[in-house]
Amino acid sequence: MARITAGVATSHVPAIGAAIDLGKTGEPYWKPLFEGYEYVKEWIRETKPDVVFLVYNDHATAFDMNFIPTFALGCAESFKPADEGWGPRPVPTVKGHPELAAHIAQSLIQDDFDLTIINEMDVDHGLTVPLSLVFGQPQEWPCLIIPFAVNVVLYPPPSGQRCYDLGKSLRKAVESFPEDLNVQVWGTGGMSHQLQGPRAGLINKEFDNEFLDRLVDDAPALAQEPHIRYVREAGSEGVELVMWLIMRGALNDRVEVKKRFYHVPASNTAVGHLVLENRDS
Amino acid sequence: MSNRIPQPYDDIPGTIIFDADMARQGYHLNQFAMSLMKAPNRERFKADERAYLDQWPMSEDQKQAVQARDYNRMMALGGNVYFLAKIFSTDGLSFQHAAATMTGMTQEAYRDMMLNGGRSAEGNLYKKEGE
Repeated sequence: MARITAGVATSHVPAIGAAIDLGKTGEPYWKPLFEGYEYVKEWIRETKPDVVFLVYNDHATAFDMNFIPTFALGCAESFKPADEGWGPRPVPTVKGHPELAAHIAQSLIQDDFDLTIINEMDVDHGLTVPLSLVFGQPQEWPCLIIPFAVNVVLYPPPSGQRCYDLGKSLRKAVESFPEDLNVQVWGTGGMSHQLQGPRAGLINKEFDNEFLDRLVDDAPALAQEPHIRYVREAGSEGVELVMWLIMRGALNDRVEVKKRFYHVPASNTAVGHLVLENRDS
Repeated sequence: MSNRIPQPYDDIPGTIIFDADMARQGYHLNQFAMSLMKAPNRERFKADERAYLDQWPMSEDQKQAVQARDYNRMMALGGNVYFLAKIFSTDGLSFQHAAATMTGMTQEAYRDMMLNGGRSAEGNLYKKEGE
């Protein structure tokens, strides 16, 4: 049977992707950030997931204001890197797992999560930057990837509780899939950042570190934090952090922290990163 | 005035939350911005901004805000920053550059602020703190 073994959380700032693509990772501005991801690069070679269920958000790339799905599950064979206005990132095409994705759709919808199913979708930096941070610059991504796009652009996004509960249902779905698969769930976006208005540039290290603490060992209560706390304290775009709760909900109540990293800044944003493995409950 | 119901985020300083009511007002502004994802549209926009804008059922205020590159005004009129990013990308400007213009800081001063840990949360969470 398929099983969820681990979770990764990371910010997905577009400038990080540009630094990788342009060979700037050793520059003084970027070096401290990329050093924080050396562990996960080693760890992923050892843990070798067959499938990554990658929770991210689209940034006015695949979705305009015409259709705004709250939860969109990528069910296709493949997903191309999107042209976000300056040409697609030079990264491999993402290969999906349509059978597992269809099974997850069936299972989650029957579990009361009203998903949107997507078959043609280009994936933007929200999805490809985490892949680059973890896998580096391979010719092909070394595993299959199921994109799961969450609306966090149009307020209100789904609540933290909804995301956490969806993670729990996702786990049930994966564990009832008959193929023997090692599945990881990644949650991306955040940490504190605000990209708009006179308050742009807001960084809240206290909020971010409290969030990192509580995601590990106080997740059920963290899930109950209302949106207003995110947008007020972590910035209007910091509300992306609700996506990390899908990853956390999919793991055991007890997890082991294999890596924790926090860095300011990447462009306008605070960067956070966690590697979590299931522990026996 | 609108029938907008007061929201708990109204007292966050320097911030416009892009909610469904703002999205309603900004629909054509955001769809115009999205059209700039395509190179031929960017060329047409650059060749004659006003003529391109006049093809969209946007308000005069919205069109003038675009021509003035007044991002705070665009957001007050329903623009969302991820959509408006298509405009400053068309201008060849970075996200950090655009964010700096929204704060009234120079790009250098804004970049230095970020390098020094960003804008502090202290005094920036409630409008009344800034009074």
